[in-house]
Amino acid sequence: MSMRTLPLVFINLGGEMLYILDQRLQTQNTADDNTQKGVWSDDDRKRVMNDIIATMFSKAFMEELLKPQDLYSNRALRTVLTRLAHASIMRLNPASMDRLYELMVMAFKYQLLLCPRPRDLLIISYNHIDAIREFVRDTPSVLNQVDETHRKIIEVYTPLSDGEFQLLRQTLLIFLQDMHVRVSLFLKDKVQNPNGRFALSTTGPVPHGTEVPGLIRMFSSNGKEWKRWEFPTGGSYTSSIRVGSFERFGDRVTRIGTNMYSVTQPEETHTSKSYSQKANSEPNPLAKEELNLLARLLGGMKVQNRNTETGFRVNLFATDQEEEEASLFNSGCDAYCSILIIYNLDVQVNTELARIAGEFTGEPEQTESPEGPSNKGDDLLAMMDELIEL
Amino acid sequence: MYHKEKSIQMKSSASALYNNLSVLRIAPRSLTYFTVVHANMVNMVSASWDGLNYSHRQLQSKEANVATSSSLIMQAAWCVLPSRDILVLTSQKGIQMYESDGSIMVYWHALDTPETQTAQAVFARGIAAVREKYICVGISSGSMLVFDVPIKGSNITLSEVLEEHKESITDLASECSGSLECIADMVSADDSGNLCVWKSGEDFQLLNKIPDKAIEAFCSSVKLWKGTVVAGYGTGQIRLYEAVTGIVHAEVNAHARWIYSLDIAPFSGLLLSAAEDSLVRVWHLTMTPETNSVEIVHMYNECVTDTQICGAKFCDGDGYAFAVTGYDLSEIIRYTQV
Repeated sequence: MSMRTLPLVFINLGGEMLYILDQRLQTQNTADDNTQKGVWSDDDRKRVMNDIIATMFSKAFMEELLKPQDLYSNRALRTVLTRLAHASIMRLNPASMDRLYELMVMAFKYQLLLCPRPRDLLIISYNHIDAIREFVRDTPSVLNQVDETHRKIIEVYTPLSDGEFQLLRQTLLIFLQDMHVRVSLFLKDKVQNPNGRFALSTTGPVPHGTEVPGLIRMFSSNGKEWKRWEFPTGGSYTSSIRVGSFERFGDRVTRIGTNMYSVTQPEETHTSKSYSQKANSEPNPLAKEELNLLARLLGGMKVQNRNTETGFRVNLFATDQEEEEASLFNSGCDAYCSILIIYNLDVQVNTELARIAGEFTGEPEQTESPEGPSNKGDDLLAMMDELIEL
Repeated sequence: MYHKEKSIQMKSSASALYNNLSVLRIAPRSLTYFTVVHANMVNMVSASWDGLNYSHRQLQSKEANVATSSSLIMQAAWCVLPSRDILVLTSQKGIQMYESDGSIMVYWHALDTPETQTAQAVFARGIAAVREKYICVGISSGSMLVFDVPIKGSNITLSEVLEEHKESITDLASECSGSLECIADMVSADDSGNLCVWKSGEDFQLLNKIPDKAIEAFCSSVKLWKGTVVAGYGTGQIRLYEAVTGIVHAEVNAHARWIYSLDIAPFSGLLLSAAEDSLVRVWHLTMTPETNSVEIVHMYNECVTDTQICGAKFCDGDGYAFAVTGYDLSEIIRYTQV
């Protein structure tokens, strides 16, 4: 359907990813257990955020995304987002990556559903960009990249019609269909029901450009109104509030797309599936053309740290039990990754993809504690919260 | 006025597409067929009137590529012609036509896709059966294809291409009152809210163009009944126009979010509107020939909690029952009059 989904997908999903990483990495620091050997310093965290943002907003990456193209499949998107998450010294195990992806995606789905007008998807994206700008405000080179990208997005998307925005939104909703992972933050705030579906209110301000329902007007053939009366609406709506700014800077008005995670309540990011997996367990081979797209995209990403041994391993969310569960339904993912390697791509890219695939398959060193300076993963393993089974 | 009946379960959930429900009533067999689009597939359910038998069928988009999203179906609808009923599927690749039970594909029309990828999405959307033998389908470029359908068999031919709209077609509707006196046979709507009114024939004739100067809003659903165009907009408004003149009869601030579906029960003049605001509303249209106007009265509301509705249709010509689909819902919710 829409050929313009990818840039907004990455800005919004990437933005959510950064909110979560920022919260989780700060949480590691504020844990009560004082016996860790190494803790994530503020500098480490900022470095991770900077590296990821620099990769995401790099000219090559954004240029590739801005080309008119269909939305990637779920698998392809996950691969690229995983690569993004690994753009720095941080390494996530598959279970953590799964949870991260679920959180990102459910947050985005919620934002899409609540979006008052399809065009407001841009405002939501700009809320993410505003926050990302804050993360890198001390690094001028990266800040510059973010600004450049923002300019480009404004240029490309401002001329689109409402119909095209709704088509974009519909394309994304189809992509996110049937995902009902329950997130404790959403459940707590009652924006999500226990069955995983979001609560949609029938009260509040109407979107800009819409009138409050309830009025019928009749016109005569010369255009004059000759009768008007009201009907009961079954909801309670108020007039629209002012529109947010579509410029590079400005009051966005809506809070949709802003950071909803706070450092003091890390259990907000717990998720639990109702295990109606959408084809996740079947190895789903990508078409050759999509692999080529992926290859170009990943090839264009600057690799910060080729040496995985010096990367810091992080279990963002998982308990040991979770890891087992995750490895069960990741078996499909392994099969998928080995299919990736079989395809005939050029050598440089093949190496890159093979390396990523290697990160997916549960290599033993990922769960054992490595020696030397990279023992942060070890400590984090020891600091896990309980996942609340709901 | 209505109460909820037992829902029909589907094999998969409904996608967020306009007019995402089509209903075909087969009186001789005491059956009703329902179709709902899910991404690159169509769920077809056949329900017996006694509520005891349900059978399911799933139709795939032709040239469906499993991995990518480039073969999504935009709409599925039955075209009721005097001699036969045809099920039409419109997708990003083209137009598929089936015998009414979905068992045999009788025709395939591939869309011209540009060699190099452009920013403009390519798809077909908007389906209407017009008079005795035409099926019209809209395209994202704004063109409309007119197909000539024989009484039986698969010798369907492309009769004409109507180039009037400049924006993507959103919906098509044909005169549904059954009256032969009506001059206008079909109305088409596009992305900018422009409406075109047509007379069918060997060559379709443009009778009127109703530009939407006032609100410049997106029109997602249209109906044509007794010479009156009923249009639903992204602003949540419903407007009634006189088809051949374009005169506005009425304006209703009906919904708080985008209207996704409209339907008319031709024998009673009941109108159904459904939107992303979770509400389905039933209205009544009455014609007053003396003043040459049409009046709209609100009858009933139904709130489908926490659901962005994407399809709503009457199940019979009187409006005795209607069915509703919502994004992410795997059921067809039904209501009947008390």
